[in-house]
Amino acid sequence: MSPGRPAKPTIVFAYIVRRVIAAIALMFVVSVIIFSIFYLVPRLAGASPETLASRYVGRAATESTVKVTAERLGFYDPIYVQYGDWAKGVVTGAEYDMGPVTEQCPAPCLGYSFVNRQPVWPELVDRIPVTFSLAIGAAVIWVIFGVSVGVLSALRRGSFFDRFAMVIALAGVSLPIFWTGLVALFLFSYRWEIAPPGGTYVPFLDNPFEWAAALTLPWITLALLFSAQYARLTRAGMLETMNEDYVRTARAKGLTERRVVTKHGMRGALTPLVTIFGLDFGLLIGGAILTETAFGLNGLGKYAVEGIRANDLPKIMGVVLVAAVFVAVANLLVDLLYAVVDPRVRTQ
Amino acid sequence: MTTTQDTSAPVPSSGTGPFLDVRDLRVHFPTDDGLVKSVDGLSFHVERGKTLGIVGESGSGKSVTSMAVMGLHNRANAEVSGEILVDGKDIVSASPDSVRRLRGKRMAMIFQDPLSAMHPYYTVGNQIIEAYRIHNNVSKSQARKHAVEMLDRVGIPEPDQRVDAYPHQYSGGMRQRAMIAMALSCDPELLIADEPTTALDVTVQAQILDLIRDLQKEFNSAVIIITHDLGVVAELSDDILVMYAGRAAEYGTAEHIFNEPEHPYTWGLLGSMPRFDRVRSERLLPIKGSPPSLINVPRGCAFNPRCTFASLNGDLSTTERPELVESGPGHLVACHLPVPRRREIWRDEIQPKI
Repeated sequence: MSPGRPAKPTIVFAYIVRRVIAAIALMFVVSVIIFSIFYLVPRLAGASPETLASRYVGRAATESTVKVTAERLGFYDPIYVQYGDWAKGVVTGAEYDMGPVTEQCPAPCLGYSFVNRQPVWPELVDRIPVTFSLAIGAAVIWVIFGVSVGVLSALRRGSFFDRFAMVIALAGVSLPIFWTGLVALFLFSYRWEIAPPGGTYVPFLDNPFEWAAALTLPWITLALLFSAQYARLTRAGMLETMNEDYVRTARAKGLTERRVVTKHGMRGALTPLVTIFGLDFGLLIGGAILTETAFGLNGLGKYAVEGIRANDLPKIMGVVLVAAVFVAVANLLVDLLYAVVDPRVRTQ
Repeated sequence: MTTTQDTSAPVPSSGTGPFLDVRDLRVHFPTDDGLVKSVDGLSFHVERGKTLGIVGESGSGKSVTSMAVMGLHNRANAEVSGEILVDGKDIVSASPDSVRRLRGKRMAMIFQDPLSAMHPYYTVGNQIIEAYRIHNNVSKSQARKHAVEMLDRVGIPEPDQRVDAYPHQYSGGMRQRAMIAMALSCDPELLIADEPTTALDVTVQAQILDLIRDLQKEFNSAVIIITHDLGVVAELSDDILVMYAGRAAEYGTAEHIFNEPEHPYTWGLLGSMPRFDRVRSERLLPIKGSPPSLINVPRGCAFNPRCTFASLNGDLSTTERPELVESGPGHLVACHLPVPRRREIWRDEIQPKI
C-alpha cells in the first residue's frame, strides 16, 4: 500500500480471514493433542486395546465381551483412523452399534460418561451457562475495579493510596481462591447470613435478581484475584505510558490533565490489556475449577473435577475440548479486536 | 541577581518588547544523589519574527529550558524559579491552568522524534484537530478542514486523504511536517523546535529547516531552535545562545558566534563542526573530555577542566565563576580571559585551524 494513506477495507478483510484460518488450524492441532493424550499416550505407555475397552464394559465383563467392545469402538484400527472416527463424531455425530440397538450420538459427539451412561455434550451444555455467568460477572467487576485502582495508583505514585492499594493487590494475588472462597462463604453465608449458601444457582432467565444475588460472593472472590493482577498490570502500563513522548506532546498542545490521562495515557496503557483479558476470560469460561468447587456451582470446572475423581475419561476429554475451543475463540476475538484498537496491526 | 547579567530592560507588554523574556531561570531537580541544577541562572529573550538558536552538548540544559518555557515541568519533582515572561506575563508564578491555556495557542513546540511524539493510535488528522479545537470553538468539520489546510501548508501531498492516516504510515520527514502542522495549527506567536531535524536524514533536514523559516516569515512568530548542531542554527538563527552546564557561555548574534566567538567552548563547538565553505585543516578538532555532572559542577568556571586556556588566568578559572558580561554591543561572554587576549587567541590560534 502507498505510504500515508488510510488502510483499505480489503486489507482489513484479508487480516480477518488470516486470523480465522489461523484459529481453525489451531483447533485442529489442539484436537490432535487432546486425542493423543487420551488414546495414544495410554497405548504408548503399554495399554492394550482390551485395557482401553475394559473401561467401557464394567468389571464383570468376560474376555470375549471386552474384545467385541474393543472391536466395536475401533481400538484395533490404526491410530489415525481412530482419530478420524473420533473427529468425525465430534463434527458430524456418530452411531454406536450396541448389539441389539444402534445408539445415535448427535454432533458434537463427545462420547458417553462411564459413570452414568449419559452423553457428555448435553451435560456440558447444561453447565456452560453457570460457568459463563460466573465468568462474566467476575470479569465486569475485576476490569472496572482493577483498572481504576491501577490508573489511580499510577497517577499518585508513591502516595498512601498507591502503597495501600499495591499491598492489597499483593495480598489478592497471593491468596488462593479455595481459601478466600471458603472464608467468604463461612463469614457471609453462614455466620452473618447475608449471602445465599453455597451451591445456590438461579438461571438468569428465571430471575435476574436472584441470579445476581446467588453469584455475588463467587464473583467477588474470583474478581479479587484478577482485580489484583489487573491493578498491578494497569499501574505498570500507566506509569510507562505517562512517560511517553506522545503524552508530553498532548500536554504541549494545552490539553487539560484529565484529557491527557484519559484520551492519551489510558488509551496507550490499556490496549495491551485487551490481549491479557481475552486469554483470561477464555480460560475462565473453560471452567473456573477452584471457584466452582469452593461454592458448589455446577459449572464446567466442577464437572471436570467430578470426571477426574471418577476416572471418567469422556467427561474430562469433553471439558478439555470445550475449554480449548473457548480459549481459541477468545484468542480470535482478541486478534480481531486488536485490529480495531491498534491501527498498526491492521496494516502490517 | 548578581550572578547573571540581565540582557534586556523590563519592557511592558506593548508589543515592542521581546515576546519571550527569560530572566535568571533556574530549574533544579532534587534527587537521591543530590540537587541536579539542570538550568542555573539563564537569561535570554526572543522578539517576534526573530530566531534564537540554543546550542550545547547533551545535558547542557537546552531541553530543560524549553520545557520550562512551555510550563511542562512537573512541579512535584522540579524546582523552577526566575521569570519567564511571555508577552509580559510571567508563567513561572502563574497558575498551571493559565499556563495550559497558553500552551499550544500562543506557544507551541516541535519535538525531536516525531514517531514517538505522535500518538500511535490516533490519526494524524485527529491529533491536529484536537490541538486546534482545544483552543478554538469550532465544529469538527471546520477543524478537519483546517487540519487539511495545515497539512497542505507544510507540504504534505494529497492532504485530504493523508489526514486520515496514522503516524506509522507516514515517512520520517512527513511525520515531522505533520508535527509542525500540529504545532502551528493555532498560529502560535512562539515556536520552540527541540532538535527538530536530529531524527531525520540529511536531505530531509534541509527541507524541514526551509519549512520552519518560511512559516516563520509567514506567521511572524518568535522561534527558538534547540540543537547540538551548529549547522542548523547557522541556517536559521538571528541570535545564538551557547549553553554549558546549565548556564550561558556565550550569547550574541549569529555573526558574533560564527565570526568572532570569544568563549573557548564556542571555539570547541566550531572546531568540531564539519565545514565545506572553506579550505581547512584535515581533521575535526573535538572538545576533549565530557560534559560535567550537573550535581557536582566544577568549581570556578564549569568548563575549566576541558579548557586549554584555563591556565592563562592563574587560578581564577578554578576558584571563581565567570559572569556573563558584555564584551561588545549585544555580545555577552562568560570567560575570565581578558577581552583583548581572547580576541587575539581567536584570530591567531583558533581561526586559522578551523
